[in-house]
Amino acid sequence: MFKANIYVTLKKSIFDPQGKAAENSLVTLGFKNIRNTRIGKFIEIELDENDKNIAFEITKEMCEKLLVNFNIETYRFELEEI
Amino acid sequence: MKFGVIIFPASNCAEDCYYVLSSLLNQNTKYLWHKSSEAIDTDVVILSGGFSFGDYLRCGAIARFSPVMERVIEFAGKGGLVIGICNGFQILTESGLLPGTLMKNTCLKFICSPQYLKVENNYSVFSKKYNSGDVINCPIAHNEGNYFADENTINKLEKNNQILFRYCDENGNVNDSTNPNGSVNNIAGIINIEGNVLGLMPHPERSSEKILLCDDGIKLFKSIIESYN
Repeated sequence: MFKANIYVTLKKSIFDPQGKAAENSLVTLGFKNIRNTRIGKFIEIELDENDKNIAFEITKEMCEKLLVNFNIETYRFELEEI
Repeated sequence: MKFGVIIFPASNCAEDCYYVLSSLLNQNTKYLWHKSSEAIDTDVVILSGGFSFGDYLRCGAIARFSPVMERVIEFAGKGGLVIGICNGFQILTESGLLPGTLMKNTCLKFICSPQYLKVENNYSVFSKKYNSGDVINCPIAHNEGNYFADENTINKLEKNNQILFRYCDENGNVNDSTNPNGSVNNIAGIINIEGNVLGLMPHPERSSEKILLCDDGIKLFKSIIESYN
């Protein structure tokens, strides 16, 4: 079995007001030397599949069909054997 | 004219749409359940506002895969009239019936407020009862209404007169200070290139009779009925 760790993030060209608000708070807390704070999503999915290549293809398809909006987001993932 | 109003889990404006169409405009109106996979047998389909499927993952992303949406896509492909209001607009972009994405408001707040809109043109089946350039009052209530599309898409929307409504002030000024949510070019509502699918964030069904202080929205529904007759 594999676990897919999927990271969905906003494309670099997309303004992230949420990230900006979090960054402003961090600066207020004294973390002065920070920049480009971006907030995304982390998704874990367990796949009942023993072939890593198939698990890879299934995860990719799930990202493309539902988990990612390609207008504004991009993604990457890792497969972890469990 | 026959109208169908789709109900997804957590749609919360379907009854308002139903009331405006059936009681105020005397139209033959029925609800369509999101699990229905029967062919659409109405002249118009409305995807109303709300928080379908709790807005989980992304607004409209889960509703887009409800069985009824396959039928709505088929219906729109044959030229059927489809309107997505607020969450309905988000579902239409997720389903690919309209371009772009509704992102989180740049102010990071849920905005529930009266809002002035500029009617960009009255060539559309959805806007013919207005005059081009009219300023109307139509409330907004959303957290994710910040319309975004890439530059190429925006240029096409502008060039093809697909932008029907823009956020403005009471004098019709369209600029950053009259933009409530950060939408590109103050976009509040667009149609597809064929002109039979409309998506808008403001709520015309909440501004359709004087008892609600404003009835500017009813002309949108009257436009459709007039086009049909």
